[in-house]
Amino acid sequence: MAARQVGLRNELRARWRARPPEQRFAATIVLQVGFALLLWLLSLSLTYAALLAFALSWLRRVPPLPWRLALQVAIAGVFAILGPRSLAILLAIVFALLWAPPRHRRWLLPLAGLAAAVFYPFFGDRMFTIPVFGPFPDVGSGVYMVVFVMMAVGLNIVVGYAGLLDLGYVAFYATGAYTAAWFASLQFSNRSIHFGAVGLNPPNVAGIHISIWLLLVLAGVFTAVAGIVIGLPTLRLRGDYLAIVTLGFGEIIYVLARNGDNFGGFNLTNGPNGITPIDSPGWGHTLSSWTGGFLPSNYLTCCKATVLGHHLSSADVFFWTALVLLVVTVFCSIRLRDSRIGRAWIAIREDETAAAAMGIPLMRTKTWAYASGAFFGGVAGAYYAAFKSATFPGDFFFNISVFILCMVILGGMGNVWGVLIGASFLAYLNIAGLANMGAWINSHIHFIGSFQFPGETAPGLDVPAIASGIYGLIIVVVMLLRPEGLLPSRRRAAELHRGVHDEPLYDATHAGGGQP
Amino acid sequence: MTEDGNVLVAERVRKEFGGLVAVNDVDFTVPRGKVVSLIGPNGAGKTTFFNMLTGVYKPTAGRITFLGEDVTGKPPHAITARGVGRTFQNIRLFQHMTALENVLVGMHARLRASLFASILRTPAVKREEARARERARELLAFCGLKRDEEELARNLPYGDQRRLEVARALATEPKLLLLDEPTAGMNPQESAEFTAFVARLRDEHGLTVLMIEHDMRVVMGVSDRVSVLDYGEKIAEGSPHEVQRNERVIEAYLGKAAVEDMKRQGLA
Repeated sequence: MAARQVGLRNELRARWRARPPEQRFAATIVLQVGFALLLWLLSLSLTYAALLAFALSWLRRVPPLPWRLALQVAIAGVFAILGPRSLAILLAIVFALLWAPPRHRRWLLPLAGLAAAVFYPFFGDRMFTIPVFGPFPDVGSGVYMVVFVMMAVGLNIVVGYAGLLDLGYVAFYATGAYTAAWFASLQFSNRSIHFGAVGLNPPNVAGIHISIWLLLVLAGVFTAVAGIVIGLPTLRLRGDYLAIVTLGFGEIIYVLARNGDNFGGFNLTNGPNGITPIDSPGWGHTLSSWTGGFLPSNYLTCCKATVLGHHLSSADVFFWTALVLLVVTVFCSIRLRDSRIGRAWIAIREDETAAAAMGIPLMRTKTWAYASGAFFGGVAGAYYAAFKSATFPGDFFFNISVFILCMVILGGMGNVWGVLIGASFLAYLNIAGLANMGAWINSHIHFIGSFQFPGETAPGLDVPAIASGIYGLIIVVVMLLRPEGLLPSRRRAAELHRGVHDEPLYDATHAGGGQP
Repeated sequence: MTEDGNVLVAERVRKEFGGLVAVNDVDFTVPRGKVVSLIGPNGAGKTTFFNMLTGVYKPTAGRITFLGEDVTGKPPHAITARGVGRTFQNIRLFQHMTALENVLVGMHARLRASLFASILRTPAVKREEARARERARELLAFCGLKRDEEELARNLPYGDQRRLEVARALATEPKLLLLDEPTAGMNPQESAEFTAFVARLRDEHGLTVLMIEHDMRVVMGVSDRVSVLDYGEKIAEGSPHEVQRNERVIEAYLGKAAVEDMKRQGLA
């Protein structure tokens, strides 16, 4: 049956190819325009989006000069005249970048991406609305996105480089967040230690208050140490076993946070109520005035300035600081990948036994991967806690681990740029996209919007409520259709299609003395 | 280095897998600067013995001394760091790394760059990395792989993969090189070239080599000494010439009937 279907498909394909090119061209155009017009039944903007997508798909198939250029000018021109203007500008910039010779493109694309991110607060609210997905995220959502992208880049060191499947990455996020909470809040109010914290009211308030900047480093180091402590017993395990144990550790951290309000009478985590408020980041009055206000003295009460017609807000400075942290993370991640230790990680991922025989100490090298990944997870967690000014046990459910892993898989394990793209997309879905999609679906697809789902208070589909299912579906689809992710590392793509050595590790025979 | 000039000394080394005795109290030495071959029928315990020498298995009993130091039960990376390089019976290259990267991984124990220095890419790290790449290229050229340095290992032809494994093992700067069936799957021409290559390693580079080999032309062509394992026991040892005519060896390979047959014909 299946064989016959394949036969039919091949026959159709052969017949299609046998047609003269003009006929095929005309038929494709008619089909695409027809499909786009069909979408009009749902919404006009969807028709535009489809036409744009089809026009872009033609770009690759036409000769560069003059046709490709003409097509690009035409596409951008249509939107420049009809609007939205912002889409025309975006397309023009992307097209211009694509004309750069490949060796320049390698650094131009990341640079353009970074520039777009840096200036996002100035133009983000003037961007067009994407059909179905809704408007571009606000800057506050941008902070959330950048923090989660940072965690994904950290997890990529563990999963993508060293090939250690970690289902408990949220443990590092939690460790970082609680480190910030302990040392920059009222939590330990029987102590009074102050060091470099800003914006305290009153200035001599009880509790430990250390500058957030120091705490970011401290949280990173503390989390890396936690990573090593967790790693020592677990990293001897391989594959599935490691995944199960890390999953367990993720849950343990959550339970610890939740029940940590009474360790023999000592309140460590304040239990389900969480720790809040957490001190705001800031550079203090002295540094602020030295730099002419460039470094704000207190992020929460920040910014009365207007730059390029845009009123700076506290979210903007949080966003830019997060970007700096992300850039540092990406930089370290790339440097590590291209180093002696990065080669060792990849070697271990490919074949542990051979790697050990080449003089690579397995435990130590894997632990370094774990600690590096943990470090960035910890910094991201601490920064996010400071941004939200709170940390709750509920932030550290197992689904966050899966969510971050999903970012890495979607983007392409092992490739930093892929992870950046995959993580940004999923983080956007989580913070705003899914809600927008739900609203769009309920208002445009009538029979869903008016359907009373069992157990729901209002008619219509609550898309954010089924987020985990959607991410799970994304993982399944990606694994089936494109296991290497959107933008894979060349190496990882080959591995996933060909497989790697997966013979038992020498440790197993060391310990048990079973058959080799 | 022990006084009698043995690089490696194994004393009464034993390995049991459950009830099966894979290697049975074998005494074994590798003299410095020589090529020693380990032969024996399939399942004789040769590779198990190799795996104990390189730390992949821990011996059930016995003692292994390398350059005068007890290395019994040490992990593989520690033994490699002390100067034992190896290849694998079924090629175990890092398939999705380039030839050059494979050799660079082999140098891991000889490079010093730390995690933090690598992030900062200090001048010392840069210098070390440049030198390592240069040395890796030399090794590839030495093993006849000059033009393939940017090729992924899995795309190399079979013979070149074997050569790359040797280059990678040499990158660990071994004092003793262990080759596990290095000419398996090679044609007679390639085997002859490889025999000459091993002789060069010994004569020009003063390397000590221990190899498991089935191809008797290779064994007889280059070995200074041959040891024979059968059912986990060492049944013979000596010059290639002596071992070739040893009755127990012929029996192990061809069976008792064959020995009697040959005796009748006056061959053995």
